[in-house]
Amino acid sequence: MPDRRNRAIELLRRHLPWAVLAGVGALAAGGMAAERGEHVNALWLVVAAVSVYLIAYRYYSRYLASTVLGLDPARLTPAVRHADGLDFVPTDRTVLFGHHFAAIAGAGPLVGPVLAAQMGYLPGTLWLLAGVVFAGAVQDFLVLFISMRRDGRSFGELIRLEMGPLAGTIALVGAFMIMVIILAVLALIVVRALADSPWGMFTVAATVPLAILMGIYTRWIRPGRVGEVSILGLVGLMLAIVYGQTVAQTPALAGLFTFTAVQLCWILIGYGAVAAMLPVWLLLAPRDYLSTFLKIGAIIALAFGIAIMQPELRMPAFTQFVDGSGPVWSGSLFPFLFITIACGAVSGFHALIASGTTPKLIASEADARFIGYGAMLAESFVAIMALVAASILDPGIYFTMNAPAALLGTSPETAAAAVTAMGFPIDAATIAGTAKDVGENSIISRTGGAPTLAVAMAQIFSHLIGGKAMMAFWYHFAILFEALFILTAVDAGTRAGRFMLQDLLGLAVPRLKDTKSLPANALATLLCVSAWGFFLYQGVTDPLGGVNTLWPLFGISNQMLAAVALMLGTVVLFRMKRQKMAWVAAVPAAWLILCTGTAGLLKLLSPDPRLGFVAHAMKFRDAAAMGEVLAPAKSLSDMHRIIFNDLVDAALCLLFLAVVASILLLAIRACLDARRNEKPSIQELPAMV
Amino acid sequence: MSWMRSFRYIRRLCHAMVGLPSYPAYLEHMAAKHPDCAPMDYQTFFRDRQNARYQGKGGGRCC
Repeated sequence: MPDRRNRAIELLRRHLPWAVLAGVGALAAGGMAAERGEHVNALWLVVAAVSVYLIAYRYYSRYLASTVLGLDPARLTPAVRHADGLDFVPTDRTVLFGHHFAAIAGAGPLVGPVLAAQMGYLPGTLWLLAGVVFAGAVQDFLVLFISMRRDGRSFGELIRLEMGPLAGTIALVGAFMIMVIILAVLALIVVRALADSPWGMFTVAATVPLAILMGIYTRWIRPGRVGEVSILGLVGLMLAIVYGQTVAQTPALAGLFTFTAVQLCWILIGYGAVAAMLPVWLLLAPRDYLSTFLKIGAIIALAFGIAIMQPELRMPAFTQFVDGSGPVWSGSLFPFLFITIACGAVSGFHALIASGTTPKLIASEADARFIGYGAMLAESFVAIMALVAASILDPGIYFTMNAPAALLGTSPETAAAAVTAMGFPIDAATIAGTAKDVGENSIISRTGGAPTLAVAMAQIFSHLIGGKAMMAFWYHFAILFEALFILTAVDAGTRAGRFMLQDLLGLAVPRLKDTKSLPANALATLLCVSAWGFFLYQGVTDPLGGVNTLWPLFGISNQMLAAVALMLGTVVLFRMKRQKMAWVAAVPAAWLILCTGTAGLLKLLSPDPRLGFVAHAMKFRDAAAMGEVLAPAKSLSDMHRIIFNDLVDAALCLLFLAVVASILLLAIRACLDARRNEKPSIQELPAMV
Repeated sequence: MSWMRSFRYIRRLCHAMVGLPSYPAYLEHMAAKHPDCAPMDYQTFFRDRQNARYQGKGGGRCC
């Protein structure tokens, strides 16, 4: 009897704190439900989310680590096995968490939730929480685990190893296309944020000479002093933001930094081509330091800001746009919400990071849970904060900033009338006043998510420091912080894309594989830049803002890559003879295939021209055949360009669908083969050498 | 003392976030495993790691 009592006490001791935490989470959710109808305090949402994360980490990730994967602390990790002090270094787990988190957290978790807010804050919140616990964090953890047991190999190599060379090549081509779309959509966000904004443009432009000075400093003056040079750089950035106001207010200077979206598009394309060929120490590395520290700092500041300000959520829990009639992006809740919020819930891109440097730095297998599962929970928390930020804005302002110009017109009066007609009353004075507060000429149709987030961050930060007088400063600080790490991603991504392409081209013409040859480099860079430049230009000239077309393509491709990663996880579990537990990867994989497959087919085949690329092309072709010119086209040649763009987008959709369908078939075959085997058939390294 | 330790920890964390491995750990490794080889000096080590991070392997960063 005492034995059983002791066990009961032990169980209670172990689980009681978690039961209390579950209670707190439930209370917070209850608080939200009780306050429905009036404005809900954002803190409820944050507390509920954090409770979910902690409980999921304590129970589900533990189940994954010990029962499903069988992490074995006694097993040598690549960092120990191949220790070289350079690539393979056993690293303290909290330090490695920082490394991994800084690599996975980017613009994705900030932008997606802002766009998703058009359906209200609740659908996005629920998907962020369920998605990260059962899909996103599982994917990151699984890929990290699989790579860690195979010498830290890359994602493409892992697929080739466990699913065959055909699957490996298909996944690589898919990954390259995804990279192209990501770069285009990121660049589009920058264009939308900086168009006709001399203040923003000046500060972002100032980062180029600033980074070059930093590069020279770390190269020759004080070699390798990263901390020192970053502090100097940050001071320079602050001065650039402050001086940017003077630039914006001096007509002669403002003219030099005022560009239209199309001009900015060409500037970015040129920039991408040059930056990707410069030596890394000169521009890329120093700006990476700045953007990384600024990003981490801004995320922490945002968390503090929300906790202190405790703002109310002014966006309703649901809006009428769950039916798919929303102005920010088209499509109904299923499947489009699940591809609009990609990073933060589940992101296939993380499969590339979790099989990059991180698995080579893990000191003990047991750490993989904290780093793989834990860091993704942290990223989801960033996404929740972005959703909160978008939802504390006046919904009238939110829709003024995010609806297309074709709907709003260009003056505060027309915009106010259009947004009020949507059911979100706002007057022209409020729109003009908000633009003035943040130091911009206009906030109408500043799509892409970044400016919306910047207005929200300016509200939160100015509540903490500086009040209304500092709002314009904080707005441009937020724009700079987003633009900076997007530019770093564009630069690094173009470079990575160039290497990927040189590998692929090298199959046909071996000379092109030589990464030291200038003509080969220039050719690959040019091809890579024109690939994303094409989609960027298409997005910039799209009257619906471009985000409407590009973001779904990005979401579909990114979530499909996640599905591929989870299918790899399923195959590996089958081959480990742990197929009874393979549902942990198979169920989220199936869900993602369902969402992305439906979304892809709708984008391809829907008869609604707002949704389907082919239907849109048909509408324009029929009109062109009769000699009509439909808005936004101004001439028949515009009409033909739009038709061509639609067909390219449709072909891309088809390609993504084909990638996932073929990987699915190959995965099923691999699972069936593994089931017939009596013994495990995985290609992992033995526990001991 | 603990103040100094937190400073070192934060510096280590910041370096890890931009992909710079620990130089003391590298020296330790060289001393233990390759006592006959001269390790790189900090400047060479830093340049080597900077090139390794951005040469394209590992696929850039996330969305």
